Order: sequence, then structure tokens, then C-alpha cells
Amino acid sequence: MSDRIEFRFSGSGGQGLILAGIILADAAAIYENKNAVQTQSYGPEARGGSSKSEVIISDAPIEYPKATKVDYMVSLTQESFNKYINDVKDDGIVIADKELVTDLSKAKGKLYMLDMVKSAREELGKLLGLNIIALGILVEISGAVSRDSIEKALMKRVPKGFEDYNKKALEIGFRLGKEIKNNK
Amino acid sequence: MSKNIKLMQGNEAIAEGALIAGCDFFAGYPITPSSEVAEILSNKLPKIGKVFLQMEDEIAALGAVLGAALGGAKAITASSGPGISLKLEHIGYASMCEIPCVIINVMRGGPSTGLPTLPAQSDIMQARWGTHGDHAIIAITPSGVNESLYETIRAFNLAVKYRTPVMILTDEIIGHMREKVVIPDKNEVEIIDVKLPDVPPEKYNPYNFTSGKVTPLAPMGEGYRYHVTGLIHGETGFPSQKTDVIQNAENWLIDKIYKNIKDIEKFEEFQTGDADILIVAYGSTSRSARQAITMARAAGIKAGMFRPITIWPFPEEQISKLSKRIKKILVPEMNMGQVILEVQRNACGAEIYGLNIVNGEPITPDQIYAKIKEVSEL
Repeated sequence: MSDRIEFRFSGSGGQGLILAGIILADAAAIYENKNAVQTQSYGPEARGGSSKSEVIISDAPIEYPKATKVDYMVSLTQESFNKYINDVKDDGIVIADKELVTDLSKAKGKLYMLDMVKSAREELGKLLGLNIIALGILVEISGAVSRDSIEKALMKRVPKGFEDYNKKALEIGFRLGKEIKNNK
Repeated sequence: MSKNIKLMQGNEAIAEGALIAGCDFFAGYPITPSSEVAEILSNKLPKIGKVFLQMEDEIAALGAVLGAALGGAKAITASSGPGISLKLEHIGYASMCEIPCVIINVMRGGPSTGLPTLPAQSDIMQARWGTHGDHAIIAITPSGVNESLYETIRAFNLAVKYRTPVMILTDEIIGHMREKVVIPDKNEVEIIDVKLPDVPPEKYNPYNFTSGKVTPLAPMGEGYRYHVTGLIHGETGFPSQKTDVIQNAENWLIDKIYKNIKDIEKFEEFQTGDADILIVAYGSTSRSARQAITMARAAGIKAGMFRPITIWPFPEEQISKLSKRIKKILVPEMNMGQVILEVQRNACGAEIYGLNIVNGEPITPDQIYAKIKEVSEL
């Protein structure tokens, strides 16, 4: 089970984190023929509340489908950061947004504070696509799937007319991820 | 890719399985965590000329399903928690009138509204005994997304073959998780279709309690006229209070399932050959159990698993046989102890332990491994 990689996207309902997880799992399972399982957890609210979307990628069959020793976590709200960071491995990587997460007293693993919101605002013109930026970051730093696979999986799920917008969001994610790799 | 492989949710796999099985009709009322079954079928069924109905509530939904099935349709409904509680009345009617149907229960925490978005396995006994009166039921507990698709096809087949309601019991984890599914062509799987009776309408009786054979259910509208009632009825379908008719009718409802248990049963054994500890686990919990067994074996503890796939009728014979050889049995379940009661009833002489976690989170491999270790040291 050493090749098992656990990802956790966390934030609040409506941010598109479940979709980000699905795209990652799809890239691994369908485009790279690995084993992948995606699960999610949320409360009874339709919007808001803490939610998480998890992806496990492995060469071996995946039995327990949820993350318990998280390798990579991204957090897009303070509440989800506090609530879900506990299972991150000591050498796990946590990505949080500089504007959305400010209290770092619960921090665990290797924490990287990035300008996801700022990049989205400046380069995309709106915050839609924050989930795809987060996806791009995790793909870039983990290397779990190729850029090509994630782009194919993304294009399959993007509504017509929003392909370029999402590609751009993914590229921002790749760039931010690369900055982390270079700073390591 | 030569094969049709997709990443899909458990609920989506159920919908796909239903379509492959030839499902003609869905009626339901949306409820988390089962709603995707309805959502997907609402999109797909009308496109192939079949029917999707959203009813005013869950009782009416199963009522519509039974009406459709009497008309010869392969029909299905899906629900969860309080929705299943509402369906119990009509599950009894389906049982009594021998109307084939498939009922999906994506289990969530209860009782009452409970935990709409969190998993549980607490409806196992409800599936067996929820509706009143003596009856039998077939219930199936898939452990993953791929199995959800294939077991839904089997559920339709068993429903038609034995003219009975068949329940699929998954849970929020399996229903909502996504994993790879190999989608078969229709010609790659066995599909049992609804058949017309082999006698002309004037010689047709809708029931037969003594021949040992299940009478085909003649679809309404094909010229076969018969009476359908939830009252105890004779072989013509009309109510009866004759003692011999009542006894035969009651016996038949049980016998047609239990005397065909070899055809209905399905289970998996994992590393039971040399096991000193047997884990009896089903559904999503069996995934954690499998991982825990690997951990236990690495630590020198010989553990194995018996996994019922058909949970009702319960695999009594297999549990009884295994318990003669393996003297310690552990039953982890996301409920306060339901399947363990059946294990205790059938595994005479074995020490039986439960692991019951109902906190809204799935039972983890670590939790099962810790319990295996504890039990192995006793």
C-alpha cells in the first residue's frame, strides 16, 4: 500500500471541490488506468458548511475508500482548514489560500500559503475556477497524473464555452504548484 | 480502450445496471443519499421510451412501481432512511401479491431523519422484518461501485424469477463514491425477462402454492384476468379464509425463497482456508475488513473473511460450516449489532464478537485490525 496517495480538497459547499476530486480521479482511473476512488463528505446544507472531497490513487486495489493519512490537502476556508487538517501526515503537504485561511494555529505537515484567490481575481477576472486552480496545484506538486491526463479529464466535464477559461485556471494552478516545487 | 470502462458513483452504477437489466419504469421520491438513482433515470428512461415518475411520496412511489410491474414492466424505486420506512407497507403488498420489483435502499444513519448525508448499515433487520406478517425477502449488499451495477442486474432477475420484491442495500459511502466500472454489453450478462404464462387465459391461475414452481405473472392487458389483493388469497387470487389455503399460502411465501436458497445465495470467502479468526462483513465495511485482514496477516494473525453478497436469505449453512472450523468470529457493522444476531444463531460453539461503530464515519481498517488483535489475544 506504499504507493497509495491520498488527496483531500476541503472548503465549503458550492466551491466545486467535489468536482475537482472527480476530475482528478477520472484522470487517474480512465486516462492513466490506475486505481482511483473519489469520495465526499458534507453536511445536510445545500450551500455552505464544511465539505471535503477525497481522492485515493494507487497501483493496488483500493479497499478503504476514504483518506486517513493525507498526503496532499488543499483548503479554501478557515473552517475546513481547522476541521480536516488533523489527518494530514507529518510530511504531508497542505496548500491554503492566503486570503481565505488566516489563522494557522492548527497547521500540520508542510504548509504552503498561496495566492489562489488573488490569481483568480487578477487573471480570470472572477473567483469561479478556484477549484480548478487548486486541482492544478495538487497535480503539479504531486505528479500523480500527467498534465495531459488532467486536461483531458477536465475538458470532459467542462460546459461548452468555458473550455479556455478552465484551461487558464488549470495553468494558473500548474504555475503556483511549480513555485512551490522550486521553493522546496 | 476495448472495454467500456467509466468512473462512476455507486448510485449511477445502480441506474446503469437497471438500464442493462431492461428496466421499464422508475417511480420515486428524492431523498439523500439515494437521489442520484432517480436523477439519472429521470434523464435516461424517457429518452428510450420508458417511464420515470416522481410521485407525491415514497408510499405512492412503490405503489406506482407495483402497478407498473403488474402491467409487465420491470420496475424499480430507490430511497433511504425514512423513505424506506414509508415503503414498508407496500413491500408487504408486493410480497403477498408476488409482484416483482427492485427496491434500492442507500442506507443512512437513523432512526427518523437521522443522518441524511452519512452512512450506516442499520436497516439490515428492517429489510428482513420491516413489513408485518410472515414473509421472505431477498436482499443484496454490494461492497463497491462495480458490484452495485452487476448486483442490480441480478436483483431484477431474481425479482422476475421468484416474483418477489428484491432489495439492494448499499450505503452513503458506496452510493456516493466513484470508482472504475466495467460496463457490460447486454449480451454479456444473464437477463431474465418477464414471460407470458404457458396456459391460455381461461386456464390461468395467478398463483400456485404447491407445485414448487413459480407461476409467471401475466401482465395486465394481455387478456389474462385475475384478482389482486393483499388479503390472504387462494390460487385464483380471490380472498380465502380456509385453513388449508391460508397455511399453503403462508408456506409458499417462505418456501419459494428458502427452498431455492442455492440459486439465490451469493458470497465471497477471503483467506478463510487457514484462518483462526473469521470476520463476517458485508457492504462497505467488508472493504475495511479486507484491508484489516492483510494488516493482521502481516502481524502473524491468521484472519479471513466471509462476505455475504446475498444477505437475505442469510447464508446459514456457510456460517454454520465455517464456525465448526474457526472458533473466533468478529462481526463489524455500522449498526448496534444486527447481522451478528444471525451469526450467533448459526455459529454454535464459536466465540462471537461485535464491532459496532455508528458515529457517521465508516469503520476503518485500523479499528477492525485493533479488534482482531484484541480478539486474537483473548
